Amino acid sequence: MEPNESSLHPIEILLVEDNPGDSRLAKEALKESKLKNNLYIAEDGVEAMNFLYKTGKYSKMPRPDLVILDLNLPKKDGREVLAEIKNDDNLKRIPVVILTISKAEEDILKTYNLHANCYVTKPLDLDQFMKVVKSIEDFWLTIVKLPNGKNE
Amino acid sequence: MPSESSGSYSFNILLVEDNPGDARLAREALNENNINHFFFHVEDGLQALDFLHNKGMYQSSPRPDLILLDLNLPKINGHQVLSEIKSDESLRKIPVVILSISQSEKDIERSYELNANCYVTKPLDINEFIEVFGRIQNFWLKTVKLPV
Repeated sequence: MEPNESSLHPIEILLVEDNPGDSRLAKEALKESKLKNNLYIAEDGVEAMNFLYKTGKYSKMPRPDLVILDLNLPKKDGREVLAEIKNDDNLKRIPVVILTISKAEEDILKTYNLHANCYVTKPLDLDQFMKVVKSIEDFWLTIVKLPNGKNE
Repeated sequence: MPSESSGSYSFNILLVEDNPGDARLAREALNENNINHFFFHVEDGLQALDFLHNKGMYQSSPRPDLILLDLNLPKINGHQVLSEIKSDESLRKIPVVILSISQSEKDIERSYELNANCYVTKPLDINEFIEVFGRIQNFWLKTVKLPV
């Protein structure tokens, strides 16, 4: 094994989630990751876009390597956030994992058509929720090659 | 919906891979997981597009639920296949997992640019190869909700 690049460059994850309980659980699940990562939380769609465009108070924020996006968000809806990311030449390569309670076929279809990288439903049970976040972390951080080559 | 005796839905997985050894190993790896699925295999980019468009000998092929796509392919390369899938209104929703030996950042960036759902490098070691295929299958068929 080569020296782990990620110890020098942690993987930056942006979680867009308005429910503080869910963000807290996600944070705990990601803490246990083998790969060093920083989790940033945006609580609504407008904040998420400001973070991604580095506007205002987000000017010093890193470009996320992975976005985990809820669909039902205040101010700007997750579907709009997804469409903006995937229509922006500079942002479109960032993988976006949809994490939502919605099981509606319409939402699943629409988000894949907008080029969501994958769609995962949030279980209501806390342990199951942690498990799902860990599966996302495990797959996207250790199996997948992210666009910037950080998780070598 | 095609189904097996258990009654649960069987996913259609399309593997686009020109290396017969890798294809065989992939088939075996996918069978080890006990997840109901039908496995389809084509050997080049042209066949892949014919399969997806139900052309020629592929007239009765089902719509895949998941596509595992190699990049270096004869006739039409993987990036071109990906680009066609992701710009086709009726196909773009199908998740495409790029599986390539290439570790080049250019290939990775280009794949995400063309809306690949994810990029995975094929391990050279056989055991790791089987493990990676199993984990791809587990994540995409168990954790993820696929479009119907």
